[in-house]
Amino acid sequence: MSAAWFVLRRLGRDRSALIGLALIAVLVLSAVLAPLLATHPDDVFELHPSERLRAPSATHWLGTDRMGADVYSRLLFGARITILIGLIAVGASLAIGVPIGLVAGYHHGWASDGLMRVSDIFLAVPQVVLAIAIAQTLGPSLPNVILALSVTYWPWFARVVYAETRALQKEVFVESTTALGASPWRLTVLHVLPNIASPIIVRASIGMGFTILTAAALGFLGLGPPPPTPEWGRTIAESREFLPDAWWYAAAPGLAIFLTVMGFNLLGDGLRDVLDPRLRRSPSRDA
Amino acid sequence: MRLMALAVRRLLWFVPTLVGLLVVTFVISRVVPADPVALVAGETATPAQVAALRHELGYDRSLPVQFVDYLVRLARGDMGVSLFTRRPIVDDLAHRLPATIELTVVAMIVSVALGIPLGVLSALWRNSLLDHVLRVVTVSGLAIASFWLGIMLQLLFAMRLGWTPLNGRLAGYPPRDLTGFYLLDAVLTWDWSTFGAALQHLALPAATLAFPALATLVRFTRAGVLDVMQSNFVLYERAMGLPPPLIVWKYILRSALTSTVTQVGLLFGILLAGAVVTEAVFDWPGIGTYAVSSILRSDYNAVMGFTVWAGAIFIVVNLLVDLAHTLVDPRERQT
Repeated sequence: MSAAWFVLRRLGRDRSALIGLALIAVLVLSAVLAPLLATHPDDVFELHPSERLRAPSATHWLGTDRMGADVYSRLLFGARITILIGLIAVGASLAIGVPIGLVAGYHHGWASDGLMRVSDIFLAVPQVVLAIAIAQTLGPSLPNVILALSVTYWPWFARVVYAETRALQKEVFVESTTALGASPWRLTVLHVLPNIASPIIVRASIGMGFTILTAAALGFLGLGPPPPTPEWGRTIAESREFLPDAWWYAAAPGLAIFLTVMGFNLLGDGLRDVLDPRLRRSPSRDA
Repeated sequence: MRLMALAVRRLLWFVPTLVGLLVVTFVISRVVPADPVALVAGETATPAQVAALRHELGYDRSLPVQFVDYLVRLARGDMGVSLFTRRPIVDDLAHRLPATIELTVVAMIVSVALGIPLGVLSALWRNSLLDHVLRVVTVSGLAIASFWLGIMLQLLFAMRLGWTPLNGRLAGYPPRDLTGFYLLDAVLTWDWSTFGAALQHLALPAATLAFPALATLVRFTRAGVLDVMQSNFVLYERAMGLPPPLIVWKYILRSALTSTVTQVGLLFGILLAGAVVTEAVFDWPGIGTYAVSSILRSDYNAVMGFTVWAGAIFIVVNLLVDLAHTLVDPRERQT
């Protein structure tokens, strides 16, 4: 509790972390309160052909799209998909990557080398390429996007956890815990894991931004959830044939992606400064 | 000697990593719900025709046999035939490679030529207006979706202002094919109007691709220079009365760049991944567009060809970066 309070207080003094937190708060509020905040909450599924491609106005704050739906309202419901994809994909990557990293970091031998080699294979190709291949193979849908992102992102966590676990093995407290007769299970879960939580949290925050960006690229290429889902990347792809006239149609979802990813990146940077002094962005003033 | 040992050890890892990558792509491309053979044969094909085609393409054999066969062919430089164009994939890739390399190299040059000096200035004038502006730029560069940036640039510069072409590599006839790189060919054949046109076509995709790389470089250079500025040898040089520009641009920069060299591998990853989506936005006739259209057409041979190519290049670049790092930093050699 007191540790959490300490982190929060330090974060409060970091301007970029505050901006990041504010952006994420706006995102979460938009997603949760979408039915209340939306000016045209039914436009996700309804068509209004007579209203199509209207410029931003008092009734349609961000204009309308090719179906005559309110862009602002669809954007709010799109935030739900974005959060869903980010949370589940990063959560699944954590669930796969952290245990693998812990086991491979604790045990020395060919099995550990093998596990790390497997994660190297995934890291050897740009994530978006593998994710595109998997998403296309499985077919465009929300669960498949999440699956493709999880399968390609876990090696990042495995790498971080592996390196940190290996580094901790020389520490006195690990040696003494082992000497006291703690089982490997108890040692890694109760003693090693809490000590390497900081880099995992930082990686998870940056991973949220990264995953959301890749998910948008998949949606843009037509590999995301099918229409009429108001997914941001797909909306940008749909808007292209109506450029340059319907500029709001393309600009609004891209801006939403940008602010969301920026929020998680800024928070990640702030967390890194607070939690992991070794990785400071710049030397502190009194250094 | 140690350098040789390191190189050999890394090269030994190269083969299993590549084979592992092949296993992954093979599994992805063959454990599929859609039947590629039926797709290629078309809707009007009779079952007998589909079966004949399946046999012709070798899809009727067991998966392990297909995989071993694929490995053997690959070792001979044969990536198989595209299911759609019916041309060897090696030829397709080779034909499109210059376009991607040209785009990537120009983006790399732009980001290095701007990113390193800006990073140094940002560190020297810490908390100045320039530093704050650059911080916004770097944060934006890592948060922007490159396909959206590309579309916005098209909207502004191609559609509204009409300064650049919308997409493609060149509108008219390409220059005489000497190297495949339009800029270089145009210079070699002294064709300056083609050179200008090619450059105009390059401007938007290169800018789109360079932006995230630029952001990364500014960030790392700034951090590196700040780190070195605190060190004792800089204090000593100051005390000795060396002119500040000499200290900054020669000694500090050389020291700070050691860490930036390592970032080249990362930078290359960003550019390669970015090229896939950026090329798709700008209809750039390179490897990225090929990969995306192959994936969308379920052209599994071509997808595997691309993945192998991308993975191999990525692994080789990282190997070179490791070696360069060892060469530049004497401390690495002693461990």
